[in-house]
Amino acid sequence: MQKSLHIDPSKCTGCLQCEMACSYENYGVFNISRSRIKVFNFEHEGRKVPYTCTQCAEAWCMNACPVDAIRIDAATGAKVVHEDACVGCKVCTIACPFGTVNYVADTGKVQKCDLCGGDPACATACPTAAITYVDADWTGLDKMRQWAGKTDTQPRASA
Amino acid sequence: MGWTRKILRVDLSKGTCKSEPLNMEWAQQYLGQRGLATKYFVEEVDPKVDPLAPANKLIMATGPLTGTMASTGGRYSVITKGALTGAIACSNSGGYIGAELKMAGWDMIIFEGKSPKPVYLWIQDDVAELRDAAHLWGKTTWDTEEIIKSSHHDPQVRVCSIGRAGENGVLYACIVNDLHRAAGRSGVGAVMGSKNLKAVAVRGTVGVSGIRDFKAFMTATTAAKKVLADNAVTGQGLPKFGTQVLMNVINEMGALPTRNAKDVQFEGARKISGEAMHEKRLSDGKANLITNAACFGCTIACGRISQVDKNHWSVVNNPKYWGATGGLEYEAAWSLGAADGVDDLDALTVANMICNEDGFDPITFGATVGAVMELYSMGVLTKEQIGIESPFGSAQALLEITRMTAEGRGFGKEMGLGSARLTAKYGHPELSMSVKGQEFPAYDPRGIQGMGLTYATSNRGACHLRSYTVASEVLGIPVKTDPLVTEGKPALVMAFQDATAAFDSSGTCIFTTFAWSLVDLAPQIDAACDGGWSVERLAELGERIWNMERVFNNAAGFTAKDDDLPARLKTEPAKTGPAKGLVSGIDKMVPEYYQLRGWNKAGVPDKETLARLGL
Repeated sequence: MQKSLHIDPSKCTGCLQCEMACSYENYGVFNISRSRIKVFNFEHEGRKVPYTCTQCAEAWCMNACPVDAIRIDAATGAKVVHEDACVGCKVCTIACPFGTVNYVADTGKVQKCDLCGGDPACATACPTAAITYVDADWTGLDKMRQWAGKTDTQPRASA
Repeated sequence: MGWTRKILRVDLSKGTCKSEPLNMEWAQQYLGQRGLATKYFVEEVDPKVDPLAPANKLIMATGPLTGTMASTGGRYSVITKGALTGAIACSNSGGYIGAELKMAGWDMIIFEGKSPKPVYLWIQDDVAELRDAAHLWGKTTWDTEEIIKSSHHDPQVRVCSIGRAGENGVLYACIVNDLHRAAGRSGVGAVMGSKNLKAVAVRGTVGVSGIRDFKAFMTATTAAKKVLADNAVTGQGLPKFGTQVLMNVINEMGALPTRNAKDVQFEGARKISGEAMHEKRLSDGKANLITNAACFGCTIACGRISQVDKNHWSVVNNPKYWGATGGLEYEAAWSLGAADGVDDLDALTVANMICNEDGFDPITFGATVGAVMELYSMGVLTKEQIGIESPFGSAQALLEITRMTAEGRGFGKEMGLGSARLTAKYGHPELSMSVKGQEFPAYDPRGIQGMGLTYATSNRGACHLRSYTVASEVLGIPVKTDPLVTEGKPALVMAFQDATAAFDSSGTCIFTTFAWSLVDLAPQIDAACDGGWSVERLAELGERIWNMERVFNNAAGFTAKDDDLPARLKTEPAKTGPAKGLVSGIDKMVPEYYQLRGWNKAGVPDKETLARLGL
């Protein structure tokens, strides 16, 4: 069964535990500037939105990579950057429509979410369940259910 | 570890920035943030120094848990001699800048001297330099942050700054970071302004790697987060209502100082409460509260993000205040509301926004407005002098006085003195609800007796955050005590003071202590730092810090007579509520407190006490 990161911005408080967990998991340091998930703060709307790679099925980044450095992890479906192959050409960062593959000047490579091998640290660290790791086939169904609940709210006349 | 082991010394007079190794011997004795920065301060600064003179120093300090995954691990503190009080000042703030400073690789910054012209400090990892701030002088904290971010082409820069209040010498000016978090009390922003230092902007990409045992640290911080999540206050009450969860509770207890503490209950409390912030307004059908918000690393998320009705009279032609921004915390809702008899929630929210925007402490400000309204009701101050009719309850007067204070215009200049100096100037010093020059906050000592001793003995002037016995006397944490009696309170206050000093030195937030005790804090610090950090060691650390601050204040000229409350609280009994007929029993508590502390009758620590604590 494949799983996806599911993000519900309405639950995000902006604590950045996810960013710290990401940097710790991948680099062994608390360093939000190295996080592959980012929380954006839309201050004047009072909204905070965590954002990261959605692991497109037909991944633009993977298709664009000229050296085959981005490959699918068969177990998780994650599109994973193999740093030993990456040449830092940044074509993937241009190809990605969502901006979720990022170049890191220090290493000369790109980085992106790899779902931590199937146990995403961001989801574990999130204190409000704004980030969860769910059955991929269920993506969107929560929202669908929410809207379903809003339909037909008129009280019924009894027969 | 836990520390970056590096401090930045900025000589504003010479314009130099130098890196120094952290004194690790002191780090073992004083931990970090409040304790460690105060140690540096008392070693380097003459206690008699004029707070606004170049010889005063200002320290911004992180703790060992700042910038880590410990819950609430984003705090930093500003330590200096307070402009409002002349006592040791230590103002603590959340938001994101503390963690950013740590992630740039610095434990603390020591500012000394005075810049010949306005400057701001730019820090990018190990690069630190002073930059010209002529274009920022006269700007609000909101504009300053935006201009700095845009001039560095980096929205991820974190900024703390002073607004016009700090520039204009408002004695209770604060240092605002991340738009609506603040090192708020005692006038640390006025000291920053006196040094011509407009802002500090930080970008940190080094990260925090100096953790003694990462595996133990993750285990300890995860366990401690669960304690917060499972606790009714930190897991439910604070996220939902913020500190405003208290407004109705404290009012019902008859401990809500109202109209400059003439009353202890406010008939308008419900309208300005946390519950009211959730309710839909009649005017536009929307609630004042948009969402809650967390500071860096915080799994509680008590912060309020509010939005006022665009058609409210206070903002109708002023789109700047139409967006969502930091909303009312309990202390500000009290000081701008109950203390002045004002019950217009949106008006209070706007006044609070202006306090953030131009950087002044809403507690001291609102309490000073209360004193002004009382002077007005007595005929001592007139409409002509203030610029507007100012009876208790006037939201219009509150807003106009707020704007005048922000802009340093008209009567706003006098407002900048704070209530102690202002009431003395007009011949009624007894109307200042302050201790050591600083106004007490939202808990009336007639209805919560322990808070009287808290205010009287607080080393930074009246304050709730030095020993929050409300936790015990109201909420039953860690044990319920009777708020109406003085018995047992000296020991309670002392225990809270010492534990709080330890928390304030760690990099975590004092609000964790609704759920955490030192038993929860110690394993987190021990996993992060070398040296073996036990509960006992942290309690002793707290006591050491408390006595160090006391010794500084005594040398600065404070004596036992400054450990007292305004006469009103001792002579005018509560008129209504459960505390009806009671006054504060402060005179009974202080001598016992001195004795427990190991201080003599003059409030001076005995030699044995100091020796025991290694002072």
